[in-house]
Amino acid sequence: MTAETPLTAGIQANGDVLSLNRYEDMGGYQAFRTALREMTPSEVIETVKASGLRGRGGAGFPTGMKWSFVPKRNGDTGRRYLVANGDEMEPGTFKDRLLIEGNPHQLIEGVLLAAYAMEADFGYVFIRWAYRDSFLRLRHAAAEARAAGYIGEDIFGSGFNLEFHVHVSAGRYMCGEETALLTSLQGGRANPRSKPPFPPVAGLYGKPTIIQNIETLCNVPHIVRNGAEWYRNLGLTEESGTKLYGVSGKVNRPGIYELPMGTPIREIIEQHAGGMKDGLRLRGFLPGGASTPFLLDEHLDLPMDFNHIANAGSRLGTGTMIILDDSTCPVGMLANMEHFYAQESCGWCTPCREGLPWVEKTLTAIEKGEGQEDDLGILEDHCKLLGPGYTFCALAPGAADPLASALRFFREDFEAHITGRGCPWGSGGRY
Amino acid sequence: MITITVDGREHEIREGQNLLQAVLNLGYDLPYFCWHPALGSVGACRQCAVKQFRDADDTEGMIIMACMTPVSDGLLISIDDPEAVEFRTAVIGWLMTNHPHDCPVCDEGGECHLQDMTVMTGHNQRSHRFNKRTFLNQDLGPFLNHEMNRCIHCYRCVRFYRDYAGGTDFNVFGSRNRTYFGRVKDGTLESPFSGNLAEICPTGVFTDKTEKAHYTRKWDLQTAPSLCTLCGLGCNTLPGERLGTLRRIRNRYHGEINRYFLCDRGRFGYGFVNSPRRIRHPVLRQTTTSQKVIVSAERAIDHVAGLLAEGATIGIGSPTASLEANHALRSLVGAENFLVGIDAGEAEMLRIVVATLGAGPARPPSLRDIERADAVLILGEDPTNTAPMLDLAVRQSVLNVPLERARKLGVPHWNDAVNRLVVNNERGPLFVATPAPTALDKLASGVCRAAPEDIAHLGFAIAKIIDPGSPTPGDLPHRIALLAGPVAEALRKSTTPVIITGTGSGTVATLQAAATLVRALGAVNPGAALCLVVPDCNTVGVGLFGAHDLSHAAPAAARGEIANAIVLEPDLSRRGRNHALTAVLDNVSHVVVLDHLDGPATDRAELVLPAATYAESGGTMVNNEGRAQRFFQVFVPEGEVRASWRWLQQIGERLLGPEAMPWGGSDDVAKDLARELPVFGPIADLMPVPTHRPRRRVPRQSHRVTGRTSVNAYLQIREPRPPDDGESPLAYSMEGSPLEPPAGLITRYWSPGWNSVQALNRFQEEIGGTLRGGDPGIRLIEPRPPDEVSPNRDEPARFTPRSDEWLLVPLNHLYGSERLSLETPGVAEQAPAPYVALNPDDGDRLGAGPGDSVVVEIEDRTLELPLKIEPGLPLGCAGLPEGLSGLSDLPAGRWARLRRMP
Amino acid sequence: MVLTPDELALFDYGLSLEENPRSACVAAMKFIQDRRGWVDDEAMAWLAKKLDMNLSDLESVATFYSLVFRKPVGKHVILMCDSVSCWIMGCESVGDHLRRRLGIDLGQTTPDRRFTWLTIPCLGACDMAPAMMVDEILCGPLTPELIDKILDACEEADSS
Ligand SMILES: Cc1cc2nc3c(=O)[nH]c(=O)nc-3n(C[C@H](O)[C@H](O)[C@H](O)COP(=O)(O)O)c2cc1C
Ligand code: SF4
Ligand code: FES
Repeated sequence: MTAETPLTAGIQANGDVLSLNRYEDMGGYQAFRTALREMTPSEVIETVKASGLRGRGGAGFPTGMKWSFVPKRNGDTGRRYLVANGDEMEPGTFKDRLLIEGNPHQLIEGVLLAAYAMEADFGYVFIRWAYRDSFLRLRHAAAEARAAGYIGEDIFGSGFNLEFHVHVSAGRYMCGEETALLTSLQGGRANPRSKPPFPPVAGLYGKPTIIQNIETLCNVPHIVRNGAEWYRNLGLTEESGTKLYGVSGKVNRPGIYELPMGTPIREIIEQHAGGMKDGLRLRGFLPGGASTPFLLDEHLDLPMDFNHIANAGSRLGTGTMIILDDSTCPVGMLANMEHFYAQESCGWCTPCREGLPWVEKTLTAIEKGEGQEDDLGILEDHCKLLGPGYTFCALAPGAADPLASALRFFREDFEAHITGRGCPWGSGGRY
Repeated sequence: MITITVDGREHEIREGQNLLQAVLNLGYDLPYFCWHPALGSVGACRQCAVKQFRDADDTEGMIIMACMTPVSDGLLISIDDPEAVEFRTAVIGWLMTNHPHDCPVCDEGGECHLQDMTVMTGHNQRSHRFNKRTFLNQDLGPFLNHEMNRCIHCYRCVRFYRDYAGGTDFNVFGSRNRTYFGRVKDGTLESPFSGNLAEICPTGVFTDKTEKAHYTRKWDLQTAPSLCTLCGLGCNTLPGERLGTLRRIRNRYHGEINRYFLCDRGRFGYGFVNSPRRIRHPVLRQTTTSQKVIVSAERAIDHVAGLLAEGATIGIGSPTASLEANHALRSLVGAENFLVGIDAGEAEMLRIVVATLGAGPARPPSLRDIERADAVLILGEDPTNTAPMLDLAVRQSVLNVPLERARKLGVPHWNDAVNRLVVNNERGPLFVATPAPTALDKLASGVCRAAPEDIAHLGFAIAKIIDPGSPTPGDLPHRIALLAGPVAEALRKSTTPVIITGTGSGTVATLQAAATLVRALGAVNPGAALCLVVPDCNTVGVGLFGAHDLSHAAPAAARGEIANAIVLEPDLSRRGRNHALTAVLDNVSHVVVLDHLDGPATDRAELVLPAATYAESGGTMVNNEGRAQRFFQVFVPEGEVRASWRWLQQIGERLLGPEAMPWGGSDDVAKDLARELPVFGPIADLMPVPTHRPRRRVPRQSHRVTGRTSVNAYLQIREPRPPDDGESPLAYSMEGSPLEPPAGLITRYWSPGWNSVQALNRFQEEIGGTLRGGDPGIRLIEPRPPDEVSPNRDEPARFTPRSDEWLLVPLNHLYGSERLSLETPGVAEQAPAPYVALNPDDGDRLGAGPGDSVVVEIEDRTLELPLKIEPGLPLGCAGLPEGLSGLSDLPAGRWARLRRMP
Repeated sequence: MVLTPDELALFDYGLSLEENPRSACVAAMKFIQDRRGWVDDEAMAWLAKKLDMNLSDLESVATFYSLVFRKPVGKHVILMCDSVSCWIMGCESVGDHLRRRLGIDLGQTTPDRRFTWLTIPCLGACDMAPAMMVDEILCGPLTPELIDKILDACEEADSS
């Protein structure tokens, strides 16, 4: 596998899945074999810790550290779980699908290594219903891996067991939130639950559980194989590894690009995504999916990593950018996003359940030319009152953040809608 | 103790609570919705937000949900912080975006938690200008209205109904702001605890449908502390009356008994008080014409006094009447002529119950104790149907035991959702051995179906394992014997095991076995307790009189030695009683009956005296634990209705002169009883201090009663004088303060700013604990120390199925097995039609299938009943529904011949 | 009968792989839906028994998730992404085309029960925006022409 693009090296241009043989030919499963043979679980954790890998599901929590929260076995024979989060329902996010569809064995190996590190005996991959091909390919790959002895009992005589399940969900963005995901896996409604205790201590069925994003797990085999230092050196900034960056919106080559962590945003958009379509101007962009605050063209030269984006007032999130161009109405865009959030609210806590529909209706009214003077005040209040800590989980803050930034950056557009009683772009709301 | 600082004020508080409960305990007003002291915290509504500061230098602070925050030493918070205030106001604002603002036509209006919280947060300006979402409502049966548009999605209903009370037919559906609370389809709610939704719901989604039929605002209700009379547990209630009609029953908190909840029988079964079939005047049957005529009270009293003067009289007391009524009857006819209106079989059970309650070493557990039990064995009783709130307590025990695991992970006991997650499907030990399936089976770690005698032997077998000195049980079928080991193990291992048995199975055998078992267990496990279920609200009370049962009078009656019988509030619906009473009354010339409603006893009476119901009189009753509790008159009844003791006293005065029974009020009767029978001595301490100072009395009416001066204006323009209530500590008035009455005299939960039932928080020592000054009531029976306990060697016979006969076992029903509750409209429809139940194999033996007509022949009687196939019933047993008309003549524990009607 | 004997065998096998019956409930409903298009009341009652759940619990789960169909759907289910990237790329105008072509509105089924048109949040195909899924096959970037082609193919498949 090439050093520069470890995650996507195995993904074929024609869209075919990488078979077990091809994966092994490329050095696949060697990390797992090595770990089984030569490393203790703690050593795997230490390696991942040292690599500086941070979660790719949005929050960027240091992965190795999360694993170290799982209590040591010390004779405890109870079940423990490793759950790969392949819900990927945040609008604008489409990186995990690529990884599962293109190279499912890489994910399986990541699951195996993570499970080994936390001494789990069950591995789940949680996949959204719409990812049908991902599911079929992963299921096939799992059968291959089982036949080859990578999954099952007493793997290669090491005494390590792993049962592997693929769970297909039935919709709802909330399933991506880790505690809601666990409830969902148990056959319940995907409402989140309060922490502490955190899943590493009490997760699925109340047992120690690690939940990790697909991309995060796909990094693990490469880290174990090539070492922490190699991984740290992949990044262009202080941060490690490569990242799957995505670009969508009116650019010439929307898609996913694996690049060193910290690649400048301008390079991602202009070089890799081919720049803006026919003469359109970039007005702003959501750097990491629909729950991250807008950045503007003045931020284009920032390195795309957790810290730089955070310092600029947004979040790296999933690293998949959505571009707002000058032919697109920002109010309409926000109305669309808030429609999504209002609809995907799980209905558990008041601010989100009742506040988001209000935000959605207000934005839609503004977009339709029915905005009123105090509407912006109402929106601003919601931006604050749907913040972290106010709501039960991070869904509503994720809905409020981009809105707050839009109200700041594109205020004149909102005002123009209200005073002009209509949308200057004539987009007029959703269908 | 730890110290927390709330808006600059320091408070010493107890550890282990959540912050919301702590500040409410301290008397602060902090709004909330989803938290409930019995259900714990889930943090869903976000209403209880406060600001937390790291230290004195932290000026920013952080919004936290008080209900989800464990209190810790040095915690620094602000309720008044402007951001917290703004957010709490916003929460109401959000809830109001969809709430219909229909308070003027909403039954909850005036006692609505949502109204209170809205005022408390100060939200009063609507800025949401869009349409509201609407829902369709469901028909949930005769007890509850459903108005989903009012829902604020606090999830309390579903958490109570499913998680707490184990109901399965109610749920939350959909998601986002279309989340819907109801049933899959329209239909009557199945849980025996559904009525609590009316109190659990913080707004008007679930309201009392029986109340709607004669609705009045809470502030117009006249209320007094009362007791439920529909089973033996003695749950505390707050009945509310206006203009002579009892409008509803609400829960009255008792920290050891019902706490926050009531069962539906108790809540809705009040309709008999308002029944058109109420007896409101004395009715005399003309000896010559047999015609029934209404007579004056004077004439009626004269008539009885005349009878008494002439011939030997027996008084037949009642386990559904107060101690005072029974004592008055006993005083009137003389102790030696006083009987209890039950048959020999029931009397034998009652003797064992009373003896066992006092036998020790185990102390009878309160419902609260049972919630905390760490192992439960049910022998022969079906609590869901004989003592419903006991079912609810057992459920809590089973759910609480596994929480130990959550505790180890540091999850506080109030963190509801996480506790449930950690517990997953684990359940505490519960074993159910009954003749027929029970609602608790699903929770049980072990279930056994057997005839009552075999269940008793199982009890002996368990006792034998625990204490080899116990009597040796008979040979048991392997299937049953198998359970003994695991149960013995679980009971021994636990620290607070509870054995539950009672009179529900209709035999003494299980009672004896349980008594033996608890004695064996108590010797090795001092935490062991025995809970005895009894049929009626004052069963244990009459048991303590030590009086004979009906069978005692039968021979004398047969010899023609008894001229008169005075029958007090007879409940003949239970097996055997009617039969036994008939055997006596058939041979008595003059029968006087005191009762509320016409029934089989009044039919044969020469004179019927209209007796006040519990709501129209006061007195004392003793529940199944031996706890004497007071209830107070809620309203003055119409017509000549008066308390039974008062009728009897007046007869006594007429007969013997004013000195004979010199009682001014029911308190005097109770004091007299306490003097006369030492076992009742402690009830003298229950007496509230009488007062002649009206302003010191507790008002039965709220300070907001509407129309006081005009409501009777169509009758008389002058405002009538309030009824004279003697020296009662309560007043028929709005005057006085409802704020801090002694615990036993709370007439309503109200506190400034808190008009809903949540005001209860202000009346407790600590939220969820005892009422201020201690929960009311007093235990009359204290168990003896272990060394005084004499072993019981009684051993019942073994059960062997017979070829041509079936053992009759009573099957209890929430609705149907108790007669008075059937008077509430809608209740009778919930009761099953009479049936006889058989195991499928027994059905085959008869050649009969479900619905086929089966003739039940016992001694000289026959009954024809449709067959119900009940796979849970043991072979050789036939189940008959207890208390259903037509069956009350059949004594329990008898063998009957069955045949299929061709 | 809710499932044929062959289907039942497959169902039971799937169930046997799950940790407990309840956690299989979503998969179980999907199993039925894959074969019947939707989950009807009879199937719900059957599943509840099979999974040792009470009906209201199963319904509670079913109604929470957006992709469990408790009402009949057409032969072909069109799930059109309406999230932000597809919106930017013009999903509304291709939606208008679909509306004209099928003669129904969002959320409706054609009178011949051929097509049901629903929206779905971001399909994770933002590089193919605007995108939709027809019978679980991902299609995009959508143009009116592509939509016609897809629908024609569906109709052709139905008639052959
Ligand atoms: C509403 C919501 C939706 C989420 N959806 C996803 C998701 O689809 N995929 C994902 O990996 N993480 C998602 N997350 C983040 C997860 O909760 C969790 O942090 C993540 O899976 C942890 O993995 P990581 O540390 O590898 O990033 C979501 C969070 C929230 C609040
Ligand atoms: S913020 Fe509240 S309602 Fe929204 S998804 Fe999270 S818990 Fe559910
Ligand atoms: S009471 Fe605290 S969040 Fe509801």
